[in-house]
Amino acid sequence: MSESTPILEARDLEVNKGGTITLKVPSLIIQNGEILSLIGPNGAGKTTLLQTLSYLQKPFQGKILFKGHEMGSNHSIIEYRRKLAMVFQEPLLFDTTVYENVASGLKIRGMRKTEIRQRVMDQLNRFGIGHLGFRSARTLSGGEAQRASLARAFAIQPEVLLLDEPFASLDPPTRESIIEDLETVLRQTRTTTIFATHDRLEALRLSGQIAVMNGGKILQVGTPEEVMNHPLNEFIASFVGVETILHGRVIKRDGGTFAVSISDQRIEAVGEAHLGEEVILCIRPENVTLSTHLSHGETSARNILSGRIVKITRLGLYQKVYLHCGFPLVAYVTNQSLDELSLVEGKEIQVSFKATAVSVIRKGNGIQK
Amino acid sequence: MDLIIEGIKKAFYLLITFDPEVMGITLLSLRVSGTATLISLFIGISIGATVALSRFPGKRFVISLINTGMGLPPVVVGLFVTILLWRNGPLGFFEILYTPTAMIIAQAIIATPIVMGITLAAIQHLPEKLRLQILALGATRIQMVWILIKEARLPLLAAVMAGFGGVISEIGASIMVGGNIKGYSRVLTTATVMETSRGNFDIAIALSIILLLLAYVINSILTSIQQRERPR
Repeated sequence: MSESTPILEARDLEVNKGGTITLKVPSLIIQNGEILSLIGPNGAGKTTLLQTLSYLQKPFQGKILFKGHEMGSNHSIIEYRRKLAMVFQEPLLFDTTVYENVASGLKIRGMRKTEIRQRVMDQLNRFGIGHLGFRSARTLSGGEAQRASLARAFAIQPEVLLLDEPFASLDPPTRESIIEDLETVLRQTRTTTIFATHDRLEALRLSGQIAVMNGGKILQVGTPEEVMNHPLNEFIASFVGVETILHGRVIKRDGGTFAVSISDQRIEAVGEAHLGEEVILCIRPENVTLSTHLSHGETSARNILSGRIVKITRLGLYQKVYLHCGFPLVAYVTNQSLDELSLVEGKEIQVSFKATAVSVIRKGNGIQK
Repeated sequence: MDLIIEGIKKAFYLLITFDPEVMGITLLSLRVSGTATLISLFIGISIGATVALSRFPGKRFVISLINTGMGLPPVVVGLFVTILLWRNGPLGFFEILYTPTAMIIAQAIIATPIVMGITLAAIQHLPEKLRLQILALGATRIQMVWILIKEARLPLLAAVMAGFGGVISEIGASIMVGGNIKGYSRVLTTATVMETSRGNFDIAIALSIILLLLAYVINSILTSIQQRERPR
């Protein structure tokens, strides 16, 4: 096996449930040590993909290669599964002590008791539940239970870890602290991980690669930067948090930049496009600047528009401002800026963003529903 | 009224003096019903779990058959076991009709569907994803079934209670295949019927008290295990 053989590879995967195709993945490659997030709305096929990769969902068409080898007989499927670990949205602990739960994967593998004890204690401490070892798993809080579930997964020292929205049913502070611990453990163990989530921030935080899924298909795979800044289509753009998505027509080209007309307004963007071509422009709210007085010549921002504040909502540490500048636009501002500029609903304001802050989706790239 | 008071007095006398005949009947009852329950646990849990965990055409029909079997009338079982074990019946060559062995067989047939039905429901009641989690932990199919049975152990205790309770108090089959032979195949229920018909109410009451006590003790042990296990 060469260095470059991916640890896990799927080819032409297809799952067909009662006549509907719930998963269709022509190719997916996961390199050793990589953390890949699968993001997408509910029903996108994330769970189906994870369960198919672990042979829990059968039957399916296509091939799954582990370190270049395909699984065949039942025996080798169990051998293969023993190299994986999976954590679900529910902790799915057994009705016994926390210790026994964390030990369960090792017991299934027939490991010696002394060795099991060492490994289990290590994991319990690693996830901060060492003091709960002899408590019944039924008495744990949601967060403690999910920690136990993670400890059980790491106890078997998996070569590939599959996480199926493990934090989705936890309250935000608990989720935050578990993600922090998981992040640390993943950094230490460098375990290859596939992490399904519908929370793009979790994905950004943990992973080196992001795959956006919808309708059983992987729409785009790339680094977080690629996916966030150059979404391949409108669906991906809205899912990765682009608040403003505008449809327009190219009215002018000028050496690497072009202008798009949207509701009688002109927006400049960078890239290649034909005159008259219909394009979609994506503008992230963090790239939009608000100011009380601004004119061309005072800023490098190519796009300066007048707008009116329609609505302001609080988003924790900052504010989300809905604007109307001929078309709807969303901006994020800090609480300080909100006070200093005395932003209130109904106020007229100058809006600016750079041409490079506009990502362009050309309609040829297959628009998803 | 005298009849009852006199009966109860004599019954207690028989009990506290450990009357050998009463004790013999009691022990045989325990042995026959205990063995039958064990057999039914073995068959009922394995088949119940298998049916619960497999997918096959006609599964619903099989489940409804098992559920019907939970209410199998003991006399019907007694009749069929008698026919099978009859001297020139298909299994007559075993020559075990009118023996405790025949009673164990009949009682096991009565208890098995009860255990099977409760096992089936208990295993089906476990979350579907638990099965996936166990497989994802690398379990073989047998390991998975074993873990699931352990997860369902509390409802399975109910199966033990229901199975044992069903056969210890059963009479129709025991009298038909056991024959109520004194000192050999006479158990608490068959003896109670016979003594009552003879007008020996004291012995009948003593036997009934033992039967009630047995049922109470065994169920309270199992109940206490069940309650201790699940504090919520």
